[in-house]
Amino acid sequence: MGNFLQQLINGVTLGSIYGLIAIGYTMVFGIIGMVNFAHGDVFMLSAFIALIFYLALTQMFGVLSLPLAFILVLLGAMVFTGLWNWAIERVAYRPLRGSFRLAPLISAIGMSIFLSNFVQVVQGPRNKPTPPLFTDLIKVEVGGYDVTLSYKQIMIVSVTALLLAGFWFLVQKTSLGRAQRACEQDRKMAALLGVDVNRTISMTFVIGAMLAAVAGTLYMVYYGVVNFADGAAPGLKAFTAAVFGGIGSLQGAVIGGLIIGLVEVFFSAYFSSDYKDVAPYAILIVTLIFMPSGLLGRPEVEKV
Amino acid sequence: MTRWLSEPLLAVDHLSMRFGGLVAVDDFSFVAGRGDITALIGPNGAGKTTVFNCITGFYKPTIGRIALARSGKIEATGVEALTRSGRRSAVSQTCDLYLLERMPGHEIARSARVGRTFQNIRLFQGMTVLENLIVAQHNELMRASLMTVGGLIGLPSYSQAEKLALDKAANWLERIGLLDRADDAAGALPYGDQRRLEIARAMCADPVLLCLDEPAAGLNPRESGELNDLLLSIRDKDRVSILLIEHDMSVVMKISDHVVVLDYGRRIADGAPVQVREDPAVIAAYLGVADAGETKASVGGGQ
Amino acid sequence: MDLRQETGGGLWEALRDAGAAALVTAGLSFPILALRTVENLDNKLELEQRWPLMFGAAMLVFFGRLAARVPGAGVAARWIVFVCAAFAAIYLVIDAWGMDADFPAPELVALAVALAAMVGLWLTAPFAATSALARKQQGARAFLGARSRHMEFAGVFALFAFPLLALWLLGPQGSLKWINNYGVQILIYVMLGWGLNIVVGLAGLLDLGYVAFYAVGAYTYALLSTVFGLSFWICLPLAGLFAAFWGVLLGIPVLRLRGDYLAIVTLGFGEIIRVVLINWTDLTNGYAGISSIPRITFFGIPFIDDDETGFAARFGLEFSPIHRTIFLFYLILCLALLTNAATLRLRRLPIGRAWEALREDEIACRSLGVDTVSTKLTAFALGAMFAGFAGAFFAVRQNFVSPESFTFGESATILAIVVLGGMGSQLGVAAAAVALIGGMEILRELDILKQVFGESFDPAQYRMLVFGLAMVVMMIWKPRGVVSSRAPSIYLRSRAAISGEHVGEGRG
Ligand SMILES: Nc1ncnc2c1ncn2[C@@H]1O[C@H](COP(=O)(O)OP(=O)(O)O)[C@@H](O)[C@H]1O
Ligand SMILES: [Mg+2]
Repeated sequence: MGNFLQQLINGVTLGSIYGLIAIGYTMVFGIIGMVNFAHGDVFMLSAFIALIFYLALTQMFGVLSLPLAFILVLLGAMVFTGLWNWAIERVAYRPLRGSFRLAPLISAIGMSIFLSNFVQVVQGPRNKPTPPLFTDLIKVEVGGYDVTLSYKQIMIVSVTALLLAGFWFLVQKTSLGRAQRACEQDRKMAALLGVDVNRTISMTFVIGAMLAAVAGTLYMVYYGVVNFADGAAPGLKAFTAAVFGGIGSLQGAVIGGLIIGLVEVFFSAYFSSDYKDVAPYAILIVTLIFMPSGLLGRPEVEKV
Repeated sequence: MTRWLSEPLLAVDHLSMRFGGLVAVDDFSFVAGRGDITALIGPNGAGKTTVFNCITGFYKPTIGRIALARSGKIEATGVEALTRSGRRSAVSQTCDLYLLERMPGHEIARSARVGRTFQNIRLFQGMTVLENLIVAQHNELMRASLMTVGGLIGLPSYSQAEKLALDKAANWLERIGLLDRADDAAGALPYGDQRRLEIARAMCADPVLLCLDEPAAGLNPRESGELNDLLLSIRDKDRVSILLIEHDMSVVMKISDHVVVLDYGRRIADGAPVQVREDPAVIAAYLGVADAGETKASVGGGQ
Repeated sequence: MDLRQETGGGLWEALRDAGAAALVTAGLSFPILALRTVENLDNKLELEQRWPLMFGAAMLVFFGRLAARVPGAGVAARWIVFVCAAFAAIYLVIDAWGMDADFPAPELVALAVALAAMVGLWLTAPFAATSALARKQQGARAFLGARSRHMEFAGVFALFAFPLLALWLLGPQGSLKWINNYGVQILIYVMLGWGLNIVVGLAGLLDLGYVAFYAVGAYTYALLSTVFGLSFWICLPLAGLFAAFWGVLLGIPVLRLRGDYLAIVTLGFGEIIRVVLINWTDLTNGYAGISSIPRITFFGIPFIDDDETGFAARFGLEFSPIHRTIFLFYLILCLALLTNAATLRLRRLPIGRAWEALREDEIACRSLGVDTVSTKLTAFALGAMFAGFAGAFFAVRQNFVSPESFTFGESATILAIVVLGGMGSQLGVAAAAVALIGGMEILRELDILKQVFGESFDPAQYRMLVFGLAMVVMMIWKPRGVVSSRAPSIYLRSRAAISGEHVGEGRG
């Protein structure tokens, strides 16, 4: 029981991070029908940006208050990661819009290779150990088992929840959200009705990157180490989560992220940690065979 | 002349198709006669294309039975027996019977021999006109190539079969007047030619029933006239029965032997063209509540 | 505000726009380029400041953009302005900071150039399209599209002559690298590209886990030869069959998925195979991989330095390891030509036409009685089989396999070869494999750059960086690949290629 609770906590924490990344995949897919393979590396880049901001604030500007530093780091990472993704869309994807379906996919794969190697070259290939943050723990004994809940975890889940709420407001209640939904339905029609399609797509990339930056910052805090190669695995799993939840569906991405996180954690706790990376894919494959559009995706009916 | 009753080849029984809450086809029954051009008409959204999709296996009907006799004629007892047996098809001396709602789409085309065209043209755009017609003969050629193995080692019997397929394709190209464009991309043809090519492609698969979804849509009067001649020659020369969705009443009246009218998924009239034209329910369905005199003229237009 | 369309405008606009681009570049560089995280002696991270890099990058982009946008200049003039400005910017920055200072380190300058080149290439693409360069490209396309017997003959002859020519020109030592790294390796990728081309290019099914079948092939040979001592000649067909078997096994449940769902499931499958290879240590030896895989023999005669049994001794030659490599080269060349012939033939058989028809319109296929599931399965299985062959060659070339060689990146590279080559074109795919894999190899050894940037410059580090950029640039330059047109499989009168604009891309 205690162990179960512990794993639940760990799974939700990991799932929050996956969910935040998955939203970026699902939004971009929803609006331009493209799998943005570079998104995992954007996430990794954001973790580096967060690390640099943290070091700059504490070492160069002497910010001592941890919460203040954290908020500034979060903001900085969001802004600059957003800028990066904006530029990436402009340079690598926009010229290919409306072109051959696989062209943007290959371009994104190229971007992904570029980004991870860029970070490797400019920041070095070694693991970057980050200073321990939010180290306090809460210990509760449940059924003879010490369940630890770290401040980190509380912070990760609450920051995720808070930002998701804000994000929800953004896409449901603002004109940007409306424009996004209009573009998802029919880009040409939206353009005719006066929606600035280019701007809407750019903003989609920026928002997706900002959420990835939140995930990146939390990831850095949680694991205490970042590396240029860290984009690939979480990126793939978040993409899996997006598909699992039904690609194009925002709720689906969050739910999918949580489920993939939980599956991974429980699988490694109860079965085998060696094969933990197999579990999300296996579950995804089985799910898709029985629900070909994921949990919440719109069924793809082809009108004949 | 009610051939559809005396010699039916297709019998649709109590067909219903629901999409969530929407009932697109509602307890719809009709028969089509062998050697007839049967027109299925009705206002936009009446469910005509959905009926086609059920017949050709793209949708699985919510309820209903669709029986087709590849040869011979449909008899109630035979259909009942087959339905109860739980099998898809029954071959007897009098009739090759298929229950289409039990078969996947490609089987319907391959075994039951129902061919079709689509409301939005679906050609293999990046392949040549000729290739489109060769792909239509896929199953035959596949057999001739001994499931590829024979073709790979260059069996002469395969070259023979390919030559025959080529002749058949060329013959059809001549009939639709596209022989000169045989080696052009299908996607590069003008719209009217694409429509005709799609019909020829369906014919190359040797159907017994050809389902055409609005073949005259978007054609100019001259092309429309040519299409009529083509359909009549398919009926008379190739002896293929045709099920036709058509909006242009002049075409319907001129070439069809039997008209079935669908409105909101239900059958509202069924009979010979002249009868249907006079039917007040049809007139009302076509123009809503409208002035009867005008309606009559417009429904019967072209006659 | 798409600048590629607004290349008119006045000087003032050009300046303003270049300024904006420079600002964006500065913003991008600010955290990640200008501040480097380094570990100090206590193993703690500190920041190293490298502001000149940021300014350098921004200046480069500024001049690059200006060169591209300045009104009324010819293409050559723009390039000259760009290159001069770029170098001026670099040296300006270096000089301002003092060359003897620790930074900017030369490699970082190179990086800035790469960054700027990215933007520069993007900007100049529209000009290139209308220039003499474009005419040359058209020529190249016509060349690649041409299928005259003479060309084919000459090409095959050149391939057969290649190792002997290399040997003659460079001697046994010098030519090893060329025959092995360029020759054999590229041919392995050509095989992989051709295999995936059947799946993606012809049948239009997006497979992102293709590397799994490559791995199956490689491990099949590795295990069968080390555990059971089976020879390469028995293992090669087995590797292909095994991979095909796995292709069918995976294909049966997933091929009814459409589009991107199929893509992710194949990707997941690739990852699963890799994780299994890593963790099933009893069978695969995990990360450590399987080593001392038997090397290729000349139909049973080993290539060893032995007076009695060795290949060299038997044929009265002086022993040299190059013999083995040359033999391997010819072997894979023959197999590649064979698979190519088979594929070209299949394209003209009903199954091949059904693949392409499936890519064009699956629904129309069904309406014509084509069994789409089995058609997809054959494509999948055949593609997998080619990968299995390639895997066996990979294992025998390296005489070592480990899971590291079968990552998603590898699948992505093979897919890039197919897309860059032009989906469905055998010749295009081969050309893309040569360009991409050969290009990567060349990047490994650009020692000339050392003379420019100093001895501490390690070009290998930038290999993947440039590779990634090249993928982006190539896609923007030619979204449909080098050979975008399609050759008809059968014709009545004239065999004209079909323009790429009509050719479908598949949705599966
Ligand atoms: N795949 C589908 N999913 C949901 N609704 C559908 C689908 N196919 C058809 N419909 C609906 O069924 C009704 C009948 O459509 P259709 O058969 O295309 O009409 P018609 O061909 O007579 O114009 C329409 O309201 C249409 O929106
Ligand atoms: Mg319709």
